[in-house]
Amino acid sequence: MNSGLLDIYRQKVLDHSRNPHNMRQPARADRQVTGFNPLCGDKLTVFLTLEGNIIKDVAFDGSGCAISLAAASMMTDALQGQSVDRAGELIQEVHAMFGEGAVPHDRRLADMRALENVRDYPSRIKCATLPWTAVQAALDDSGKQVSTE
Amino acid sequence: MNALSHTSKPDAARLALDVERVRVDFPILHQQVHGCPLAFLDNAASAQRPRQVTEAISHYYHHDHANVHRGVHTLSHRATDAYEGAREKVRGFINAASTSEIVFTRGTTESINLVAATLGQSVRPGDEILITHLEHHSNIVPWKLLCERTGAVLRVAPIDADGAVRLDELQQMIGPRTRLVAVAHVSNALGTVNPVKRIVEWAHAADVPVLLDGAQATLHAAVDVRELDCEFYAFSGHKMCGPTGIGVLYGKQHWLEKLPPWQGGGEMILSVSFAETVYNKLPYKFEAGTPNIAGAIGLGAAIDYLSEIGLANIAAYESRLLGYMTDRLAAIDGLRLIGTAEVKAGVQSFVIDGIHPHDLGTVLDHKGVAIRTGHHCAMPVMEFFGVAGTARASLAFYNTQSEIDQLIDALQVAREILS
Repeated sequence: MNSGLLDIYRQKVLDHSRNPHNMRQPARADRQVTGFNPLCGDKLTVFLTLEGNIIKDVAFDGSGCAISLAAASMMTDALQGQSVDRAGELIQEVHAMFGEGAVPHDRRLADMRALENVRDYPSRIKCATLPWTAVQAALDDSGKQVSTE
Repeated sequence: MNALSHTSKPDAARLALDVERVRVDFPILHQQVHGCPLAFLDNAASAQRPRQVTEAISHYYHHDHANVHRGVHTLSHRATDAYEGAREKVRGFINAASTSEIVFTRGTTESINLVAATLGQSVRPGDEILITHLEHHSNIVPWKLLCERTGAVLRVAPIDADGAVRLDELQQMIGPRTRLVAVAHVSNALGTVNPVKRIVEWAHAADVPVLLDGAQATLHAAVDVRELDCEFYAFSGHKMCGPTGIGVLYGKQHWLEKLPPWQGGGEMILSVSFAETVYNKLPYKFEAGTPNIAGAIGLGAAIDYLSEIGLANIAAYESRLLGYMTDRLAAIDGLRLIGTAEVKAGVQSFVIDGIHPHDLGTVLDHKGVAIRTGHHCAMPVMEFFGVAGTARASLAFYNTQSEIDQLIDALQVAREILS
């Protein structure tokens, strides 16, 4: 086994992908956006309920690979109860992590750091960013569907 | 002898293919990926090129390149001879009656779009185009666009749980409004070989022309368009060891003659004035602009190469290899084969319980094994089988049993890590 391989399927990632947090369809949500990855056909829908400026609930549902499911699970953990502005900052940190390799310093992204080596797999980065792209679209209220391409 | 035929079986005793000798011709196969020997099992997406093909292309660029059909100088003659020589090789390869029936295109997709755009000009509201559920997007979307443009109706013959077309239903769907039947010779996602000769016979009984998408067929067995009797046959160079960006549309002469020109430009005209344009004869009527000369020459070299090995030898070798791969895959716990039709070529799709195909693909890549994962540009097929995507291992005649063993070992590793 090449050690590099285990670096993207770290235990933390597998824990989240096998038992994703907040993977459910809420009875009602203020906003929902489906993130679509045309490369693999994966679809993840993010559900957002806001109370004023605060994310009261964020959940997701759909099908995806271990990387996208883990990222979605970690995303819901990170954003639960945060203000919309704070969520925007966290989303930016995640994109910087996969884009420029910046290490996220926010403790709410501690689990996401387990995905940092996905950066070495260009074809898989979009798996990790799919739920984050979808939640960004939900926060922006910019449409019902968003694609990674 | 034809492995894509539903009747004849190759005579194994008479056939021989020395895979180790063949592999010497493919420099790309001899490399390590992530520290493991490369096992390239993604041939349905694009096959690899033997040295003979790349050498033919560089020889052309180093010695003979000029524009074709243009000049009186020596290089232009040489380039024209090589380009037209390649057309003759294609004609012989699929046993067409004449080189005027061989149109060079960018690939299967462009070939199909050419027919959709030209034949489509006479399609009326309520007319029907009949395809099947197992088509590649390139044999769906051009017809969807045509239907949207004209008010015609796209009809889709269903498939069964093995991934074979339900032939009784297909036959019944050929009716008075059917303007064209467009069917894959071999399914890219499932490997199903359609009984296209029978489909052509049914269509002809109703006076309906047939287009066959041969993208996945030409690497695996001999194709004879006169025996199949189809009106159109589309295929790509890069799926049969030729270059990317070159493909072929075969069309029966009288069909190509009655279709209007497609793209306009140089080469496809005899004379041009602002009042009147006289179009060139076949096949140049459909070859506007400077063609992919090197691509055609490379395709000609690929045809020479495949012919020298022998398509019957290739078919027999691959058929044994596919049987071995399918048996070994089927023995894996929790693995579901997708596409189990009786007659198949080159391809086995599968899913493993609880493991997403993309994760499988990443782990396999780390063990040196290249497969395709995802929807294979056949989303309706994925929907039919209730999966977002599959893993697909696809073979060529240069693959070996030990590469399949490497695939199976890598799948076990993936299961250990991921399930």
